[in-house]
Amino acid sequence: MTPTVTPYRPSERVGRDGFLQVLHAEWTKFRTVRGWTVGMMAAALMVVLFALLVGVSSNQKGSPPVPIGPGGEPVTDSFYFVHQPLAGDGSITVSVSALKSSIPKAPGDLRPGTVPWAKAGLIIKDGTRQGSPYAAIMATGSHGVRMQDNYVNDTAGPTGPASAESPRRLRLDRSGDTITGYASTDGTKWTKVGTTQVSGLGSTAQVGLFVASPPAVGGGGTAGSVSTATFGDLRTQGGWAGGNWTGSQVGAKSPTFAGYPENAPGSFTGSDARFTVTGAGDIAPAVSDSLPTGGHLRNILTGTFAALIAVIVVGALFITAEYRNKMIHLTLAASPRRSRVLVAKAIVLWAVTFVAGSVGAILATPLGLGLARGNGVYIFPVTSSTELRVELGTAALLATASVLALSVGAIFRHSAGAVTTAIVAIVLPYILIAIPFMPASVSKGVATVTPGAAFAVQQTLVPYDQVASNYTPYYGYYPLAPWAGFAVLAGYAVASLAVAAVLLNRRDA
Amino acid sequence: MYKNQHETTPNRKLTPMSAAEIVVAGLRKRYGATRALDGMSFTVRPGLVTGFLGPNGAGKSTTMRVILGLDAVDAGTALIEGKPYHSLRHPLNHVGSLLDAAALHPSRSARDHLLWLAHSQGLAARRVNQVIEQVGLTSAARRKAGGYSLGMRQRLGIAAALLGDPPIIMLDEPFNGMDPDGIIWMRGFLRSLAAQGRAVLVSSHLMSEVQDTADHLVVVGRGKAIADAGVADLIAAASGNRVALRTTAGTHAMRVLGHAGAAVAATGRDTITVSGLPADRIVTLLNQSAVPFSEVSAHRATLEDVYLELTRDAVEFRAATQSEVSR
Ligand SMILES: Nc1ncnc2c1ncn2[C@@H]1O[C@H](COP(=O)(O)OP(=O)(O)OP(=O)(O)O)[C@@H](O)[C@H]1O
Ligand SMILES: [Mg+2]
Repeated sequence: MTPTVTPYRPSERVGRDGFLQVLHAEWTKFRTVRGWTVGMMAAALMVVLFALLVGVSSNQKGSPPVPIGPGGEPVTDSFYFVHQPLAGDGSITVSVSALKSSIPKAPGDLRPGTVPWAKAGLIIKDGTRQGSPYAAIMATGSHGVRMQDNYVNDTAGPTGPASAESPRRLRLDRSGDTITGYASTDGTKWTKVGTTQVSGLGSTAQVGLFVASPPAVGGGGTAGSVSTATFGDLRTQGGWAGGNWTGSQVGAKSPTFAGYPENAPGSFTGSDARFTVTGAGDIAPAVSDSLPTGGHLRNILTGTFAALIAVIVVGALFITAEYRNKMIHLTLAASPRRSRVLVAKAIVLWAVTFVAGSVGAILATPLGLGLARGNGVYIFPVTSSTELRVELGTAALLATASVLALSVGAIFRHSAGAVTTAIVAIVLPYILIAIPFMPASVSKGVATVTPGAAFAVQQTLVPYDQVASNYTPYYGYYPLAPWAGFAVLAGYAVASLAVAAVLLNRRDA
Repeated sequence: MYKNQHETTPNRKLTPMSAAEIVVAGLRKRYGATRALDGMSFTVRPGLVTGFLGPNGAGKSTTMRVILGLDAVDAGTALIEGKPYHSLRHPLNHVGSLLDAAALHPSRSARDHLLWLAHSQGLAARRVNQVIEQVGLTSAARRKAGGYSLGMRQRLGIAAALLGDPPIIMLDEPFNGMDPDGIIWMRGFLRSLAAQGRAVLVSSHLMSEVQDTADHLVVVGRGKAIADAGVADLIAAASGNRVALRTTAGTHAMRVLGHAGAAVAATGRDTITVSGLPADRIVTLLNQSAVPFSEVSAHRATLEDVYLELTRDAVEFRAATQSEVSR
């Protein structure tokens, strides 16, 4: 019965069934479905279009210029200043025996309260121009004595609040560009708090007492506060011209602009050695709260969320389409090592999305920034390396999100379920973060544990310890560092890819 | 040839000419409560077109998926050239298959569909053009496969099966959706593949589709092989060397032949069927006893008879479930 045939033997094949071949096949699959390549281009286009839209639609023309500190960063610089010129070197000593703050409960209803970063002390400054160089030593509401200079630098001195029983004695010395701050609790034993070089003070600087009172932070917003300090034992040495002390409001022209509550303008009384000074505002780097009209890179890349939806759909379809039309049978018959197929798909998808996302973000950023700046919008400055991190981070965010969608697609084997799940996992956190009245704990939690943590790659704002503010994702401050946030998303993607690989190997095709 | 170095089984060395390309042994598979395979065993040999026949739901497609390593079995083995499918390097060089002609992305062109498959096996684009020409799709190769007719998709699926120039070709219902010209083309094509020494396994639930093409038949029902034999052997077995006799003297003839040791049965008013004696001996005996008769012929069953007979159980099972559904 057995026929005597020669079994067919194909011509000799040399070659290995390398992973590269699976990768090549998946790349060919991807590039030959028009809808998928179009989807990727659409994602890149979304990023660019939204950037143009944000740039064109913004209009801040005519808004007051943002004060810029010596380091180039935006600052807040408004406070009540009681000053005299000091030519050349010299020193000034004072005691602070009270620092009382008031916070409005309702309009016109001021109540005593604690403003942790209320400041009262000595300052040496290059005039009253906002953003000019300075160094200061001060008592604060609840952070003890501090020495600060040029807005961003902050050094802690003796702790504890100033009071009549325990006044804080402060001293500031100028010697050339070197400013040294001292503090004492008894007036005899002085400790050096800090020494700093402040260039640009000029030969004659304005030196004297100051009171600042930053807005009280609470309930997701801020309220302008006002503080009053009692100074005594004012003594000066060195190149003082002598004469009367001048009281100036540094910064905004009107008290409301300066952050004063209603009917509580800045003022000073007294002479010789005793003064009572009332002030508001802050001398500090600007944050989102204190510069609400300032834009940042994240705003320019608003299109990320639309691009996310596109890449999630493409990512899910890259595998679920094979299940829908049963082409998965052919795929797995051609490559029986199933995990390789999944990994090859993930690599192709990640690479394609990353390229599309990079192109989109790298085109969008300068276009959007240019248009926005042209419309008078102040953009928080970033270094070019930070800008690149935001652009590539956004591309990596999109790429990893599409791989997450692919993995979920491989688990569900169904487009609608996979797309919905991936969107809930990534886009929903994005929306939750964008809701202003979301409690800080919730939005920080969302930005820590969900795949949405990866939006931290778009963070360009820096929180400062010496500025109390709403450091929440809504305002552009993420609880995780940029790449740590990205790692959370990457973790989800890798974990779901592993689950998908296990299921792919275990289940019938 | 690396194939011979690494993949030759001891069996092939001993009997190179009769080595089975596919050996399926004792496959069992359940899908929930459905017993899809229930001890499926058969072999597919080179140089033959093996028809894989059985009613709907008999387990043909499931068996093919198991052979390709797509579905896991509860018991049993399916070996390709003596090896499990998943251990094959470049599997499409060993087995070319068509499970479902609709298994393609509708917006990909036929050429691109074959191209990714070729790339997965490290094959050059040149090979894609060859198989497209072989199945006669050259003029439509750059069109979206989603716009193809079922017959064109079958051809595309066959091109995919041929891509790796494999010694084994396995096609699930390739005649589906083909016009008469296509069916004739397909038959010739399958025969030529077998003539090249390839093992060809073709499933169908219609005997008429494979009867002129297949050399060998594996008839399945309810998840197992009911018959696994050459076409000629199957017909002979069903015919059982019986002789049909037409005579007006039935009683006399039965007595004479019964004495000579034959089993005799009346099958009609003037026809009887004799088994156990060759036709020439019957004629001699009847002449010796002067029994009149008008016709002696070998009783010959048709393949259709064989098939219907073999699958009656399975078809009954199917009819029962159908009537349940329609109730
Ligand atoms: N993936 C699956 N899930 C559940 N049941 C299945 C699955 N695949 C097959 N079956 C069942 O297994 C049995 C065998 O099906 P199979 O498709 O192998 O039959 P077939 O011989 O190819 O039939 P047809 O001629 O209709 O194609 C059927 O009862 C079918 O319903
Ligand atoms: Mg079938």
